Parts: sequence; structure tokens; C-alpha cells
Amino acid sequence: MTTLIPLVSGDQVAFWICAPIMVVLALGMVIARKPVHSAICIAGVMVGLAVLYAAQDAPFLFVVQIIVYTGAILMLFLFVVMLVGVDTRDSVVETLKGHRIASVVAAVALAAMVFLAIGSRVFDGIPAGLTEANAQFGGNIQGIAALLFTRYVFIFEATAALLITAALGAMVLAHGERLKAKKTQLQEATDRVERYATDGVHPGPLPSSGVFARYNAIHVPALLPDGTASELSVSPTLRARGVIMDVENLRRPSDESHAAIEQASAQAEGDAL
Amino acid sequence: MTSEPYLLLSAILFAIGVIGFMLRRNAIILFMSVELMLNATNLAFVTFSRQHGNLDGQVASFFVMVVAAAEVVVGLAIIVSIYRARRSASVDDANLLKF
Repeated sequence: MTTLIPLVSGDQVAFWICAPIMVVLALGMVIARKPVHSAICIAGVMVGLAVLYAAQDAPFLFVVQIIVYTGAILMLFLFVVMLVGVDTRDSVVETLKGHRIASVVAAVALAAMVFLAIGSRVFDGIPAGLTEANAQFGGNIQGIAALLFTRYVFIFEATAALLITAALGAMVLAHGERLKAKKTQLQEATDRVERYATDGVHPGPLPSSGVFARYNAIHVPALLPDGTASELSVSPTLRARGVIMDVENLRRPSDESHAAIEQASAQAEGDAL
Repeated sequence: MTSEPYLLLSAILFAIGVIGFMLRRNAIILFMSVELMLNATNLAFVTFSRQHGNLDGQVASFFVMVVAAAEVVVGLAIIVSIYRARRSASVDDANLLKF
């Protein structure tokens, strides 16, 4: 270990910087109401763990932690959060009575038990360090490879089977069975005409948004012949957000130019007389 | 640096994972808590590996990562299919096996 300050080594600095951040982020993961915030918090915890792996002579696991956990698994989590709905919040109602207190007590008891076990001097003296084990095959990655392909080769092959099974399982589970038969174009047309006959719903497409000289975006409503905005020409989502352009705003430019033209022509007529 | 601080941090993270798993009801956050517990044990594995001066702990940690990846893939697929059927990711709503 390189010595930065006397008696403080580089891994100690890394540990005391990373550990508090990781604990706070882990607590944030538990406390955050929105799943997206939890995912970001746990991403921070995983990056911190990667730093600790690097500080503990595990460069291979450092890179794998970043690529597999922070890169792949966290992104998978984020994909599912986006699929399932970013805005889903946990209800704060307790379904089981005293469940919260009991779980916190249980977790604290577990932590206390493990602390006691660790505190009773499991390891005396400084760690053996991995310099020798790494040097045996010429590096950390070579050492891990030597173990993987000799002593653990059958477990390694079993993980290949596991990964393939998991991929197949995910495909089968995520495959949505079609509950109703897909409608043909003929059926859709028949349904549309039937809706027109029974409920009077217009069978054609919805009116497009307004196209004016100054605006043609989707938040600009089309104007009806009587000068009011067509409700159907803008998306209900935009209406709910309240970003639809006001009709007055659309009419003002043409009103202003009409007034200007009239004023100009009145002036011209006055000059002629 | 001795191994105790690493092991204590690992225990803290594991306990926080346990709290999250027992308190939260969003299935996705439950999965994140499980991931946190797996990561905490990984840290312990790496620490043991350095303490004893051989690489078996790091190999074990590598296998834990592989299993975690497989578990997450299947688990998230189950969450998505439950969400598709019931429009909810809360574990309280999936209770048909209860009776």
C-alpha cells in the first residue's frame, strides 16, 4: 500500500470516504418513495463497493462490479421502473400491525449479532494480502482465471447453464399472451361505423392541430368556423398539463393586421378625397 | 488496514438491505434490497480473500455476481408480467396464492 500520510494508507482513505457515503445512500434507497430515486441511490452504493474492491487488491472484481452491476443490472432496473411506471409510490398504510417496528428491530438485532461476532477479534493481526497469490500466475486476472478453469470449472459451466435458463425464463415470462384476437381492418371499419350509428362518434380521423402562419406545433388548437378552439385537435395530455395555446393568442395577430389594413385603407381613402 | 472495518460495513449494508426488504412493498425496491444484501456479502468475500491471502473469495464473489444477474433477469420478468396482469408493482396486490 502506498503511504499518503504517515500511518494512513491509501485504502484507509478510500474506505473512510466511501463507507459513510455508501451507508447514507443505502439508507436513502430504503427511504426514497420513488423507485427511480432508490435506483440512483443503489447505483452510488455499487460504485462505492467497486472502489472498495479496488482498494482491496481485486481489480478484476472492481471492473466487473462497474460493468455488470452499475452498467447492466442497474440499467435493467431502470428499464423496469420506466415500464412499470415512474410515479408509482408506496402506500404508507401498514397492512400488518406493528410490522414496521418489528422489521427494524429484527434488522438491528441481526446487525448487532454480526457486529458482536466481528468485534470478538475474528482476525488477529494484519491481513495476509494478495501480493503473493496475485504474483503466482502473473496477475489478479490470471490468478482468478487459473482458479475458475481448474478448481471451479464445473461450477463455472453450471453458471453457463444457469444464465441460459434465466434468459429463456425471462423470455417466456415477459412474453405477453394475446388475450383477444387481433382485429382485422374490416372489423375495425365495421366497429367504427357501428359506433357512429349508435353513439354518433365521428368515424373519420381526429382533426389535426392548428396550422397558422406563426405556429404549427401540437399544442396549438385548430380553430372552428365560429372562432372557438377545437377540443379534439389537441392531445388530452397537453390539456391536462395546461400548455395549450390560448385562442386569443392565435387571433390577435390577424386582428391586428386587419386593423392595420383597415386603418391604412381609411387613410388612403381620406388622402384621395 | 485490518479487515474489521470492511466486515462491519458489510454487516451494516446487509442489515439495511434486510430493513428495505421487510419494510418496502414495491417489488422493484424489494429486488434492489436483495441486490444490496448480495453486494454486502460480496464485500465480505473480497475482504476474507485478502485476509487469507488466496483468491478463492474473489472467485466466490464472481459467482455471486453471476447468480445475482440471473436472479434479477427472472425476477424483473416476473414483476413485469405481474404488472401487466394487475397494473400494480406492489407485493400486497399479488395475493391469489394466499387462500
